[in-house]
Amino acid sequence: MSDQLRYQLRVNGKDRDVSAPAHKTLLDVLRDELHLTGTKECCAEGECGACTVHVEGDAVCACLVLAAEMPGHEITTIEGLAADGRLDPLQAAFVQCGAVQCGFCIPGMIMSARALLNGTPRPTREEVQDALSGNLCRCGGYSRIVDAVIKAGTAS
Amino acid sequence: MTHTIGQSIPRIGARDRVTGAQKYTADLPFPGALHVQLVHLDAARLTIKKIRRDYAARVPGVVAIFTAEDLPQPMPRFGPAVADRPLLADPETRFYGEPVAVVAAETLDGAREAAMLLREHIDAEELPPVITIEQALDPASPLVQRPENRPNDPNARTNILREWTFGWGTPPDRAHLVLERAYRFPMVTHFAIEPHAFAAAPDESGVTIWSPTQHPFVLQRVVAACLGLPLARVRIVSPDPGGGFGGKGWPKFEPLLAYMALRLGRPVRLVLTLEESFQSARRTSARIQARTAFDSDGHILSQDLRTDFLVGAYADIGIRVVSKASYAACGPYRTPHAAVHARALLSHTTPSTAFRGFGTPQASWAVESQLNEAARILGIDAVEIRRRNLPRKGEAFIPGDTPADGDWEAALTKAETAIGWHAPLPPGRGRGISLGLKSSSTASASLAIVRLLFDGSVSVFSATSDMGQGARTVFAQIAGRELGISPDRIVLTMGDTAVVPFDSSTSASRSTVFMGNAIVRACVNIRAQLRGLASRAYGVPEDRVSVEPGVVRVAERQLTYVEVLRDGFGPPRGELVGVGEDRGGGFRPDHPLGGRPEFWEFMCSAVEVEVDSDTGAVDVTRLVLASDVGKALNPQQVEAQDEGAAMMGLGHSLMEELILDDRGRVRNLGALDYRLPTTMNMPQELHSILIENEDGPGPYGAKGAGEGGILGIAAAVGAAVHQATGVQIRELPLTPERIWRAIAQR
Repeated sequence: MSDQLRYQLRVNGKDRDVSAPAHKTLLDVLRDELHLTGTKECCAEGECGACTVHVEGDAVCACLVLAAEMPGHEITTIEGLAADGRLDPLQAAFVQCGAVQCGFCIPGMIMSARALLNGTPRPTREEVQDALSGNLCRCGGYSRIVDAVIKAGTAS
Repeated sequence: MTHTIGQSIPRIGARDRVTGAQKYTADLPFPGALHVQLVHLDAARLTIKKIRRDYAARVPGVVAIFTAEDLPQPMPRFGPAVADRPLLADPETRFYGEPVAVVAAETLDGAREAAMLLREHIDAEELPPVITIEQALDPASPLVQRPENRPNDPNARTNILREWTFGWGTPPDRAHLVLERAYRFPMVTHFAIEPHAFAAAPDESGVTIWSPTQHPFVLQRVVAACLGLPLARVRIVSPDPGGGFGGKGWPKFEPLLAYMALRLGRPVRLVLTLEESFQSARRTSARIQARTAFDSDGHILSQDLRTDFLVGAYADIGIRVVSKASYAACGPYRTPHAAVHARALLSHTTPSTAFRGFGTPQASWAVESQLNEAARILGIDAVEIRRRNLPRKGEAFIPGDTPADGDWEAALTKAETAIGWHAPLPPGRGRGISLGLKSSSTASASLAIVRLLFDGSVSVFSATSDMGQGARTVFAQIAGRELGISPDRIVLTMGDTAVVPFDSSTSASRSTVFMGNAIVRACVNIRAQLRGLASRAYGVPEDRVSVEPGVVRVAERQLTYVEVLRDGFGPPRGELVGVGEDRGGGFRPDHPLGGRPEFWEFMCSAVEVEVDSDTGAVDVTRLVLASDVGKALNPQQVEAQDEGAAMMGLGHSLMEELILDDRGRVRNLGALDYRLPTTMNMPQELHSILIENEDGPGPYGAKGAGEGGILGIAAAVGAAVHQATGVQIRELPLTPERIWRAIAQR
């Protein structure tokens, strides 16, 4: 198609060639072109946080940015968090604390929490609540998720 | 470690969910699949005059456009209770979001563009809709469904889809206090974080459908009936849902997709937007008029309830929601006289369906709030009035039905203590308490297959849907206990009707009990087969062989399962296949619900709130949940379910409501405008208490859990807000605006 753009994205430490129309969001490209389906789509308007990824270490809703604006930026998705099959301490804490139920919100939740912990390794409960206020979960009461983030912070 | 019952082993599947490896339906590749888009219009009720398809058809990659005219006539209809829903509007739309046409294209962009062009070229006449209970009951209102589509139905010329009367006892001669109040419960939506997604593909044997459905065998039945196919030719693959809550229980667009796949001879896929998911399922809204009589000691003498539930345009499972919730609406109390008149009312709104609590949160909001109001008038403490009316274990509080099956007073007392019920409160704070009782599954069936493989590892086959409650984990714990095998040597296969045996549904908090029992029985069946195998292998009579979890005793020898399999089967190898089933108490045509509930799901909720009288904003300072679960097979999972249910209850109590305009359009469609509890709405303190007396009908005395937490939250919050502010509000949600206005008008 004529509006197809070709560019390179750096995702999880690797350069990936992309060919996609200009209007595709980072979320579209991650899921449909690069088959990184760990990043989830729910509201597609930046409210639910299910599509949270890191751009240069900051938590960003992948549904709100155009993929074509992302070349030159370091992008990390949930697939890039566990190194060599070893879970990130935050991922392990989510499992241990029983923070995972249906799991659909969890990749976004973990990416938001990881961004928090990178800047604030020992957050207070209020800081965790604030950092995760843009990530919706419908299964749980959030308390186990907050517990997991605090636990991972303490462990690091 | 083989005996993990009662231990919080980590959730099976959690690792894939924290790494992003878990595949939900929309994550699956469907090579060569056409992208489907629904075409729906900007009002609830429209009659389609003409659809111009030439612009849409010219979009590159468009393969097919179906309108009502392109479908077989009469239009195929479907539904789990009544086959009243057409594949496409025919030609009148009955709710905002009902598709009038559908587009299939090679690319998603192409399908979207064509759907937009089609929508812009539809000539339709807008008609006034029925969107409130009052409108539905007004004889001057239009009929939602055509009378000719409701043959032999005395209410066919009304918007009453179905009505029931339930009751027992005789009215009291006199009463000390009679209260009569009306309570309203809003339309709310499930808002599973995973929007609905579907795919269908034709194949040699028929059609395969992928859907995150909670009930694959219901979907199989409904699609087969709609398309005139044998059950065996309809295969349902149901990947783990990303949240269900009832919203993914009953068929939505799967019959349409199956039809398209067969007609086009190609796979098709459809992922709904969150907005379309809102337009596909909701909770039944309700107005409940409660007239309750008490003696001077606060004993309930009589409950007279008129429960009007606004279902949507089609029956879905809404009629069962209304009848089941209304039947047990008097709650967990001795009620000498009960008269319940229940109505399911049609409207031009989203078909209402199952939603956690299945109508009981609506009924509890009324009956429990009324009890709190009565307690205040009578000068009796809200805990005490409940204590005086609670049946003891074994007491038949609904005549002829399953008696009280737990120590319910213990739950009440534990919650009373944990919330600090009698401690002084600072100004602006209030406490409230409420009980919730839900009828569990009645007539239903679960089958399980357990295969003991040659190396002693185990495969379990079950149609239960692991939608977040953690069914796989609990089933592995059960099979591990019964066969003496560590859960990490057990693999569960779920959600494929071509592979797993029949199960009625993943609903009504039934799976731990029904499927759990089926798995226990399949394991017992395996142990019996092992006994026979050992008897033959070692030439010892069966009465000298005993099989326990993990151990086979043959005369004086003690063997492992693997040794018996090896010696019994020899070099050709083999495996043992056990089958188990639980049909509960079975179908009883004389019972108002077709069967007694297997157990009662009981929960006591207590909350403490702080209300800002300047803004009306409510902060939940403490929340206590005490549930009678019989036995928590995995306590962490039970607590997480209770907490999640309670959080969802805080949603409909404080903020959630679908707002409709007079054209029947949802004005707060989507995550921006529909408020859901976030981390900022978490209770400051949360205590989950589990009452475990091992007195349930499930494995090791378990009862079902998972819905209890939502049942009584609203009434507890309502009472707490009253205590904090002095205002009594009988309409949910208790938004800051509603509270602020009530305070201002006090």
